[in-house]
Amino acid sequence: MRWYWIDRFVEFESGRYARAVKNISLAEDHLHDHFPYRPIMPSSLVIEGLAQTGGLLVCEYNDFAEKVVLAKVSRARFHCEAVPGDTLTYTATLESIKEEGATVKATSHKGDDLHAEAEIMFAHLNDPRLGRLFDPRTFLHMMRLLGAFDVGHDRNGGPLRPPAQLVEAARAAGPPEHP
Amino acid sequence: MPAKEEIFENIQAVLVEALGVDEEDVTQEATLVGDLGAESIDFLDIVFRMEKAFDIKIPRGELFPEDVLTNPDYVQDGKVTEAGLEELKKRMPFADLEKFAENPVVQDFGNLLTVADMCRFIESKVEVTD
Repeated sequence: MRWYWIDRFVEFESGRYARAVKNISLAEDHLHDHFPYRPIMPSSLVIEGLAQTGGLLVCEYNDFAEKVVLAKVSRARFHCEAVPGDTLTYTATLESIKEEGATVKATSHKGDDLHAEAEIMFAHLNDPRLGRLFDPRTFLHMMRLLGAFDVGHDRNGGPLRPPAQLVEAARAAGPPEHP
Repeated sequence: MPAKEEIFENIQAVLVEALGVDEEDVTQEATLVGDLGAESIDFLDIVFRMEKAFDIKIPRGELFPEDVLTNPDYVQDGKVTEAGLEELKKRMPFADLEKFAENPVVQDFGNLLTVADMCRFIESKVEVTD
């Protein structure tokens, strides 16, 4: 899977908030269509990055046992443009979480300037047939690649570790597929 | 302890935020699905916002008893049975189920909830001053 719209976590406080950076680069193919001779980071992909930041926070809350999906973007506001060379800092704060899903408030900053803000709702799917879509190896790989376990803290303030059941499920699923 | 008017205004604000409708559209008789355009995912958003606005907890199935609507003891051939209707009335004392009872097609159930039903639901969960 190469659908990464964040590059690294800089903070990951389990159950509270997560902060990640997204570097915008001229090497990203789609920027040359959006738009020709005027590359601008598409707002939809900013929303996806905010959703990835918040979604992994929501997943981690229940040790990746729930099937979390982006369900609704209630509000999204963009205040300025983001262009190649910019580094965006996404902050996702967990507002509420229950059996059926969670809500997150998220912001994107260009340095100190507010670039965008959104309210995002996630749902926990309960159809067991969907288990195949949520490969534990993918989540483990993503969290490691994004540095969540390098900077993260669990709810007691100790270092964030991969949940035992996720590691076990990944091991049981076999060797990782080519990313 | 909120008054009934205050509860209605808070629910108006919740529905405006969740459904993107105008305040004037949110009347007591308006149905969430038919008149205000709510879809199934909006119900979860509405529950989150009501929990926050009224500082209450709404457990799964309390507002919308999906377990009754998917129980083969209570639903036959896509219609809710007598026993099912009894169960729904017990679980949803805040809702006016008379119209639904005339032709209790499960698919139509979501369409019956009105803003007034939501107000009564909240009133049953908080202490109302009137």
